[in-house]
Amino acid sequence: MRAATPPRAVRLTVVPSALGRQAFAVATSWATREIPAMLIDVHAHFYHDRTPRADWRERNASRLRAGAKIGITIHVASVLGSYGRTSPTYFPSPPDLEYGNAALLALEHEHPDRIRGYVTVNPNYTAHALAEIARGLAAGMIGIKLAASRRASDPLLDPICELAGRRGVPVLHHVWQHRRHDWPGQEASDAVELCTLAARHPGVRFILGHLGGGGDWQHSLAALATAPNVSVDVSGSGVDGGMLEACLAAVGAGRVVWGSDLTMDTGWAKLRYLAHLLGPAEREQVRWKNAADLFPPGAFPAD
Amino acid sequence: MRVDVNAFLGAYPFRRVPGTSPGGLLQAMDRVGIDEAWVSHLPSLFWRAPGEGIAWLYETTARERRLRPVPALHPGLAGWDQALGQAVDRGAPAVRCDPTYYGLEPAGPEMRMLVAACGAARLPLMMAVRLEDARQRHPGDRAAELPAAALRALVRSDPDARLLITHADRAFIEEVHFGSTPAEAARLWWDISWIWGPPEDHLETLLATVGVARFVFGTGQPLRIPEASVAKLELLDLAADARAALESGNARAGLSS
Repeated sequence: MRAATPPRAVRLTVVPSALGRQAFAVATSWATREIPAMLIDVHAHFYHDRTPRADWRERNASRLRAGAKIGITIHVASVLGSYGRTSPTYFPSPPDLEYGNAALLALEHEHPDRIRGYVTVNPNYTAHALAEIARGLAAGMIGIKLAASRRASDPLLDPICELAGRRGVPVLHHVWQHRRHDWPGQEASDAVELCTLAARHPGVRFILGHLGGGGDWQHSLAALATAPNVSVDVSGSGVDGGMLEACLAAVGAGRVVWGSDLTMDTGWAKLRYLAHLLGPAEREQVRWKNAADLFPPGAFPAD
Repeated sequence: MRVDVNAFLGAYPFRRVPGTSPGGLLQAMDRVGIDEAWVSHLPSLFWRAPGEGIAWLYETTARERRLRPVPALHPGLAGWDQALGQAVDRGAPAVRCDPTYYGLEPAGPEMRMLVAACGAARLPLMMAVRLEDARQRHPGDRAAELPAAALRALVRSDPDARLLITHADRAFIEEVHFGSTPAEAARLWWDISWIWGPPEDHLETLLATVGVARFVFGTGQPLRIPEASVAKLELLDLAADARAALESGNARAGLSS
């Protein structure tokens, strides 16, 4: 069961714009105003000055530039500590997490109409993680990012998920599709392990990260059939023929959310292919409505 | 005009893939605006005797002018030289060999012989670095990826050889391109199917450093959805002539001459 969420106060209807492109009118009890077609990227990343990337400004600018071309309304992003500069990407230290989350908040303040943030935490530092989540959410972040610091099924993740449930925010979890063994540099989890966690927290909404991000996605889709509080983000560099059809068959359009991760070209490709597979109402679900239901009310401009 | 140099027909042994029939491929081409596809018979990459797929490939492509045949050759089996001659006669735009799937040394004597014969026949030789992401391959799919060192050795092995490499990423392309003389590098073409777009901008970087002339449009469909290569192009700010070269001009002028 999906956690109970308040009904949306706002409903959107498609209207033709003067430019002949789809646009949306927000029909409310008090006013109607036209806004661009919504597209929420639930899996984005940004960099900052304390990462190994000398080109961090160019990469951030490139994401926003490509996002404008693709039509991304909101990039929901995370920063994974220092990305290896002063602690490992998937085992970030508390100071690196604080700096990375603060850098993301600064970007969000710079682009309040385009960027939202996940609070990234390392579950091995329980007290720090809980405090950092509280700090991030208070500052306007809208979700929690768990990468690969601790196996998803580990009890150390429980206090974090309990807090997510209390605050009504989703947990985006990095997933290695069918992890057959440990990989260097991360304590990765697969869908079975994420679903074990999700079963312990039926009131929390989870997002399985990057179905196209590497590994056997068919293994993940099989596991998701019995995990109604886990949605699938289709991001990642993988654009396998048949992957999206299988995903829709396994979980339905109601549990698919769109994202890009490190490759926006493949994200855009999957969005276009989904348009060919789905009807208009389901397209809107995948483009943004499913995401809007996962995040707290008011997280996005249309709310 | 858009030419996809990297397309397949036929079933993939490691998972179910939709759209592997000629009709399915043509539908996908229409969907994304591809005018012509150079197609290989996918099972031939895995068969012991890939020559057994050639007749079907020629029959199929003869029925549809938008599909051009790229037959798979196995230089370790008798008859490959006749198959090469037949490819010339049939007007194939290229032939292919994926040595690791046949258990051949990627730069071993059989491959060097094939490269030399293709050079003499003025027919490009196509090779895929990989077909799938290494992290997701079937446990039984154990053929190694094409090594960059082998490709450098092959392009050096014959001055007339022209090689069309698909499914290569930025690091692989840079290693081979800058590890070759300008004359050698000018006989290499790369399809864009595995090169990352924004925000990493690998394709944009390679077009600036390696040059537009070395790249051709390819998708890897139906194993990969063709929308990905189209999206990569649309995310670039390319001049019209550069885009035309990438989409068809380089394949027609450079590879087919």
